[in-house]
Amino acid sequence: MSNKLDAKIPEGPIADKWTKYRSTVPLVNPANKRSLEIIVVGTGLAGASAAATLAEMGYKVKAFCFQDSPRRAHSIAAQGGINAAKNYQNDGDSVYRLFYDTIKGGDYRSREGNVHRLAEVSGSIIDQCVAQGVPFAREYGGLLSNRSFGGTQVQRTFYAAGQTGQQLLLGAYSGLERQVGIGNVTMYTRHEMLDVVTIDGKARGIIAKNLVTGELERHFGHSVLLCTGGYGNVFYLSTNAMGSNVTAAWKAHKKGANFANPCYTQIHPTCIPVSGDHQSKLTLMSESLRNDGRIWVPKKQNDTRLGNDIPEEERDYYLERRYPAFGNLVPRDIASRAAKERCDAGYGVGASKMAVYLDYAYAIERYGKIEANKKNMHNASKEEISEMGKAVVKEKYGNLFDMYKQITGEDPYELPMRIYPAVHYTMGGLWVDYNLMTNVPGLYALGEANFSDHGANRLGASALMQGLADGYFVIPYTIGSYLSSEIRTKAISTDHPAFVEAEKAVQDRISKLLNIKGKQSPESFHKRLGKIMWDKCGMARSEKGLKEAIAEIQALKNEFWSDVRILGDADEFNPELDKAGRVADFIELGELMCVDALNRNESCGGHFREEFQTEEGEALRDDENYMYVAAWEYEGESKWNLNPEPLIYENIKIAQRSYK
Amino acid sequence: MSEGNMNLTLKVWRQKNKKVNGKLETYQVAGISEDMSFLEMFDVLNERLVSEGTEPIAFDHDCREGICGMCSMYINGQPHGPLQGVTTCQLHMRSFKDGDTIVVEPWRAVAFPVIKDLVVDRSSFDRIIASGGFISVNTGNAQDGNSLPIPKDDADKAFMAAACIGCGACVSACKNASAMLFVSAKVSQLALLPQGQPERQDRAMKMVAQMDAEGFGTCTNTGACAAECPKEISLENIARLNREYLGASLGSTN
Repeated sequence: MSNKLDAKIPEGPIADKWTKYRSTVPLVNPANKRSLEIIVVGTGLAGASAAATLAEMGYKVKAFCFQDSPRRAHSIAAQGGINAAKNYQNDGDSVYRLFYDTIKGGDYRSREGNVHRLAEVSGSIIDQCVAQGVPFAREYGGLLSNRSFGGTQVQRTFYAAGQTGQQLLLGAYSGLERQVGIGNVTMYTRHEMLDVVTIDGKARGIIAKNLVTGELERHFGHSVLLCTGGYGNVFYLSTNAMGSNVTAAWKAHKKGANFANPCYTQIHPTCIPVSGDHQSKLTLMSESLRNDGRIWVPKKQNDTRLGNDIPEEERDYYLERRYPAFGNLVPRDIASRAAKERCDAGYGVGASKMAVYLDYAYAIERYGKIEANKKNMHNASKEEISEMGKAVVKEKYGNLFDMYKQITGEDPYELPMRIYPAVHYTMGGLWVDYNLMTNVPGLYALGEANFSDHGANRLGASALMQGLADGYFVIPYTIGSYLSSEIRTKAISTDHPAFVEAEKAVQDRISKLLNIKGKQSPESFHKRLGKIMWDKCGMARSEKGLKEAIAEIQALKNEFWSDVRILGDADEFNPELDKAGRVADFIELGELMCVDALNRNESCGGHFREEFQTEEGEALRDDENYMYVAAWEYEGESKWNLNPEPLIYENIKIAQRSYK
Repeated sequence: MSEGNMNLTLKVWRQKNKKVNGKLETYQVAGISEDMSFLEMFDVLNERLVSEGTEPIAFDHDCREGICGMCSMYINGQPHGPLQGVTTCQLHMRSFKDGDTIVVEPWRAVAFPVIKDLVVDRSSFDRIIASGGFISVNTGNAQDGNSLPIPKDDADKAFMAAACIGCGACVSACKNASAMLFVSAKVSQLALLPQGQPERQDRAMKMVAQMDAEGFGTCTNTGACAAECPKEISLENIARLNREYLGASLGSTN
């Protein structure tokens, strides 16, 4: 296997790699830092933490976000929690165990070196957040509380009710705003990056659009950090925010950055099912609900009775049946596929029959009995027990239950919730080496925007961990290895021909879009793309379906570029125009995702090819032929070259993943 | 496209940019389902406007699950509409009746200038946070998270204050366009925690000064802010901010 890409994993035993590397990476002296400029695109957990930390270190930082405030980045919506190998619960957790769980959870498709580092820095993230005033949940003794999450058997998840992402992001945001106040960070809100500028092969800046005025701006940087999140919105319906997009990463890809494992997408098992064609997004119900809720479908096909009317013996708790060791806490990919399998086989519930039950009746009764015992109520009535149980559930999950009721109009305290899998996270992203640098020198990708830590499936509560690890504790060190050689580079004028050319290309594309003056809205193209992707590159994929999808996407692309209708002008606040540009990029990405899924003749994690499964319907990997990162190099329209990066496992024994 | 049977009359504020005057335009929408969110009803209207060749209505929105704080519609005289404790994106059409007339305006405050239609500029909130809404701790300084036990009650209260999503509904609801609830939520969160003590007085003084500089009005304790807050941030926070500010003013050596 040819290997054009060097991951630059340090030599030495796994437990020493990071410590040793961190202590030997070249440094930049404080005076030089003041003349080095860093551009950070995106202000979610990865971007805000990186921008704040690099500014604290003395670099000159410019940060960009398309929202009206950095505090609104989609990290804010993460509900359940953040993992850290603190072992505060004394249940046998360790850096090695978190490392092992993450590699196994990722179905043996991530890099050992990166994942071990992630586990190593996980504890420091919690310390940093506590110091910032993040109000994590606590026990009565005043110490931090933990809970369980899917794919693990220890309690290592720190949380702040169902709003963990919000609290962590507000912590990072406050650090960022502190640097804005001091003058070390210049913040550009309502700005979207529309191209990376490269000079002599190195990233030297960006072209950004001021979304309020429509003006294009040129910004120089000694390096550029893309912290722009994932691309789940390629499916139109997902749990992502409406604005989440692939544009920045895609522009980088077209400027030479390899895009790795694009087909690895995570379908989250516990979302509120689709209710109609009007639906604009899907809402996640935190995975933490699987701690106490039991998932089931009727044993009888096409059962039209209401959930509460189906007696206990006629219910199939299929996760507990198939995976007794992990039960309702199997990893997300497995839980999602199991739900799809039951619904496809005719056991689905609700009006659409594309849903399964997540039932809290059992938990309410269990908690109610515990409360009754605590209160010495030994003859408590059924109603009293139910009342007390509901109060406990309300304290733990109240905001999620309220959200469910608000969206569906049904009361989850009385009826089992209906859930169905939905697109949630993308493990694929820009290829980066151990330094988080793409193959374009000076161009970095952090957080969900890169591909590096989650393999083919991410475990719950690991996205927040990775975003903050990259921003607080990895990039501040690893960027030195590049910038230490850039101290003699003076700030390059944005009149340089490379900036002029890049801006002109962006301008031309905007004019082209506005001048099509067709009949169909950007939104309608997005919906159609989403349907192709969900049907043929979603939870189950096949060679035939993927080939059809590629042809359909190419046709959709032609139709888009000849019939899209964008009202309004270029020189004003014009969300339609911005959306059109993003949809155009999603269409191109969609094709690459199908190309990648078609190339990977195996099933692993979130990538399930119908042709490759075990007799029990589990994912069947092909380690001999596909134990590699598929990094795709852009070679022109609908043309990519595959640069495989072999994955080498020196510390973990490769096995068939089992949660039975 | 029609999925439901609600017919509504919408009166929506249209304004091309901050330099020109705006006005209410009337639109009829038909076939609305009660399961749609308020913003999805706007999506339906906007798709129709595009097909008719009319520029769609600009409105801010992002996560559509009630947490990002981006959506900001002033509906029938109430920020985020008639339902308590939710943002506009979590307001569903079942809160309205067939035949209703609904008036939709942008947030109204000097410190939140209109950008276009229903979109306003809330960067003043960021500047208030930048003036002091943080704990000055550089990355790498922290000690072990469990080395500082915090009574659960304090942690819970800090969490309740920290639930603020910075949407600006409090300002919009207030007849004086005061930002006291927003500022007090951040001041309270950090004042309730031991980590926030060293900068406690300085923080309150600086944030209040910035709030005043941005042109927000004064607080006259009418309580509309807390009543309309989608995250139900309590008025107690304002009382706490007043104590903090007074304490800081008296204790100040300036």
